[in-house]
Amino acid sequence: MENLNILATLPEIVLLTAALGVLALDLFISDERRNLTYVLTLVALVATAGVTWAFLSYGTVTYAFGGMYVTDPMVNVLKLFSILSVAVALVYAQSYARDRGLWKGELFTLTLFALLGILLMISANNLLVIYLGLELQALSLYTLVALRRDDARSSEAAMKYFVLGALASGFLLYGMSMLYGATGTLDINELSERIVEGQTAGRLTLVFGTVFVVAGLAFKLGAVPFHMWVPDVYQGAPTPVTLLIGTAPKIAAFAITFRILVEGLLPIAADWQQMLVVLAVASLLLGNLAAIAQSNLKRMLAYSTIAQMGFMLLAMVSGVVGGNVESTVNAYSAAMFYVITYAITTLGTFGIVLLLARSGFEAEEIADLKGLARRSPWYAFVMLILMFSLAGIPLTVGFFAKLVVLQALLGDSLQGPMLWLAIFAVLISLVGAYYYLRVVKVMYFDAPAEPVAPIAATTDMRVVLSINGVLVLVLGLVPHYLLKLCGDAMARALGG
Amino acid sequence: MATATPWLSLAIWIPIASGLLLLAAGSDRSAAVVRSIALAGSLLGLLVTLPLYTGFDTASAGLQFVEKAPWIERFNAHYHLGVDGLSVWFVLLTAFTTVIVVLAGWEVIRDRVPQYYASFLILSGLMIGVFSAVDGLLFYVFFEATLIPMYIIIGVWGGQNRVYAAFKFFLYTLLGSLLMLVALVYLYYVSGGRFGIFDWHATPIGMTPQILLFLAFFMAFAVKVPMWPVHTWLPDAHVEAPTGGSIVLAAIMLKLGAYGFLRFSLPIVPDASHALSGLVIALSLIAVVYIGLVALVQTDMKKLVAYSSIAHMGFVTLGFFIFNPMGVAGGIVQMISHGFISGAMFFCIGVMYDRVHSRNIADYGGVANTMPRFAAFFMLFAMANSGLPATSGFVGEFMVILGAVKYDFWIGLIAATTLVLGAAYSLWMYKRVVFGEVANAQVAEMADVNARELLILVLLAAAVMFMGLYPKPFTDVMDASVAQLLQHAAQSKLPAAAAALGR
Repeated sequence: MENLNILATLPEIVLLTAALGVLALDLFISDERRNLTYVLTLVALVATAGVTWAFLSYGTVTYAFGGMYVTDPMVNVLKLFSILSVAVALVYAQSYARDRGLWKGELFTLTLFALLGILLMISANNLLVIYLGLELQALSLYTLVALRRDDARSSEAAMKYFVLGALASGFLLYGMSMLYGATGTLDINELSERIVEGQTAGRLTLVFGTVFVVAGLAFKLGAVPFHMWVPDVYQGAPTPVTLLIGTAPKIAAFAITFRILVEGLLPIAADWQQMLVVLAVASLLLGNLAAIAQSNLKRMLAYSTIAQMGFMLLAMVSGVVGGNVESTVNAYSAAMFYVITYAITTLGTFGIVLLLARSGFEAEEIADLKGLARRSPWYAFVMLILMFSLAGIPLTVGFFAKLVVLQALLGDSLQGPMLWLAIFAVLISLVGAYYYLRVVKVMYFDAPAEPVAPIAATTDMRVVLSINGVLVLVLGLVPHYLLKLCGDAMARALGG
Repeated sequence: MATATPWLSLAIWIPIASGLLLLAAGSDRSAAVVRSIALAGSLLGLLVTLPLYTGFDTASAGLQFVEKAPWIERFNAHYHLGVDGLSVWFVLLTAFTTVIVVLAGWEVIRDRVPQYYASFLILSGLMIGVFSAVDGLLFYVFFEATLIPMYIIIGVWGGQNRVYAAFKFFLYTLLGSLLMLVALVYLYYVSGGRFGIFDWHATPIGMTPQILLFLAFFMAFAVKVPMWPVHTWLPDAHVEAPTGGSIVLAAIMLKLGAYGFLRFSLPIVPDASHALSGLVIALSLIAVVYIGLVALVQTDMKKLVAYSSIAHMGFVTLGFFIFNPMGVAGGIVQMISHGFISGAMFFCIGVMYDRVHSRNIADYGGVANTMPRFAAFFMLFAMANSGLPATSGFVGEFMVILGAVKYDFWIGLIAATTLVLGAAYSLWMYKRVVFGEVANAQVAEMADVNARELLILVLLAAAVMFMGLYPKPFTDVMDASVAQLLQHAAQSKLPAAAAALGR
């Protein structure tokens, strides 16, 4: 474990080199030839994904930098989906960003650095490294939100995101310092060992630290009551950036939640599970109810994200039941599956928003989707699949995401609170179905508002968006492989 | 018992594949081609279900035409299909109804034609999936997925108030089935991690969980049937849906709920089914009598038939929960017969609606003078709807009444009032619409049925008459399975009783 093992960080090395290369090269590229930067960025992402894929197929658990950094199948699966979602987001962003003067070198380099932060968060096995990764990601994203600096709403969103995000980081860091104070270590594995062996300075410090850590994590996930930034940032940020914020960072937030709470603090699971229950229930309730009242599509999706994260948290609370850790793999791989499929679905929904936007027209109101089924039957169908997936209706992957969580939640404790939690979760998803259905209604049942311009999108975006929609459907028919991937990866992560 | 040809898979996926083909390639400009492809797809779909009848072994109560392949390892769920005497007729009925629906929309639907036919074809495949799935998870996936095309059908091609009706339909039925999902996951655990419906038949379950499971299933299936008092979505959905949508709703979708009672409630939680049978019988009788009276006062023809559907489905649930072979078999016969009759009634109303664009009884009168051929067929179906002997409507009702009298004379007597009420609302409506002087200029201009409409009427009339005169092929198929089902339902599955039986 004392090994430096620098090769284990090859994905990050490739990405960092590429990011620096893009940064330097872009200085010499004129605005007209910006496509070159775009292509280079995609190449960098593909290369990073390739290395990660190779690691994944190799399938070993390797520690590096004296245990501060870990790479195992779970890490590589999460990384792979993060990289892919960032690449897809860039493809979707293309025409939107070009029309609005956002097609700049900064977009690419900041995105790459944010991704680097994400990869670091996923691989970090040390509280401080987690924090560093988080900050790298967050600072890049704050700047990306503010990329349209002459837009009042964008600037407001950036400000809000920055202030609240910094506060959350402060929470997290404060909590980490307490954990350090209680156990004398920053290493995740040692943390749990010392708690088990009772080498802690005091239970109170430990639990207090956990409270702050959970609050910080809840901020990053956007769970109620730490959700205030989500709707404003989702709405105010340029849509491609909203898309970035809504996908890969959620995967990373899941990764650090897993790392700190499950790998580090599993011995005191009873304490943090209670907190997560409250967060989950509040998120499901507020997210679903508030989404009904929204007329802005991005804002509605923001509240829907809050509710979806609440559902994901339900899986996190079901791993340890009465000190029994047998069902941990089941529960946490359910959460992992949920967050991955959520990212895939969210990519598609914001992809549709970007598809419909033209220069001078944002297409971010729900009413802007009116009559889409007449204008473009195919993309209306894609959006239909995505909406039903978010609502958790079968034939889409969203159903299986909800099902694995329910299965994990019910576990073997067929009586008692978990059963009620499960019933609450399915009933509140009925409320959720309403506003997803409303989007379908607007697309299919309403007539187009006025003669509208045909959809102008680049070919690569059309292709990727179609694949994205079909993927949600295919995974809804045959979820076996992705489920198995998540299950096996989680088994390795918890077993190794 | 694997068969060489996967007939059930073909029956499910041929309609769905042709639907997807239409979605991908069709457009309103090529409507004629689209219609032909839809017809070809539905006919092919019907064709592949025929071996299910011809090759069916009536002596066996077990599953036939079984297909089994691993589907999702994590849940131990299988792509497991099969039919027995309870379900085989519904597969055929669904495929048959799809052909009728495709023909019924032929000239009527001019807007977004490919999507219209695609919705119905996909819906058809999904419903066949519900009837042939014997894996709990697979069943649920098909069961829930049917909501999506139906939501689109009502919302896009429906009447004035279609948006309200579509939402009400979707959310109402979703509410029921979500609790069933929790019940399914629960059963998955108590059966030791299995999703097979027939594995659950043998799982001992305590009384309290049985009651809770029964209620969860009841929520899902009672809404779908629909039983009083959760029936209110049906009149709205029926009235607003296009003719094809109404036909499918009445003929097949309502049967999904009743079929669910047979597959899940009775054999999986028999003790709770017995304990709560009083509740179900009471609700069924309310449906028969009260909803029958409600149907009597309707001024809208579609609403009238919708209420009559609820009353007839009350008969079905009544038959199931009196636990004798006559009642259960009668209930199934009634389901099949109602599939033909209600489909025919909605089609007849659709024929008139296409000409006059009104569903109000008051806007008609004397249709017999302008559409004599149509009036004759409509007469037959109205008679069948009121349970006239020699039509299919009689067979099921008679069997259920016999069963009910055997169970309890008074229940049988109350159930028998349907013969009076059914005749009253069906025939009174028929009289006001068809007989008398020609009411107004619009009726005077009504042209009699064309060849396409005549074909549909003949097909449906043949089915109704055949089943009424010679029900043996229908009952023969189900006898063995019904006997086995009742045997399952009669055995207590409480852990103590199961232990005594040496399980």
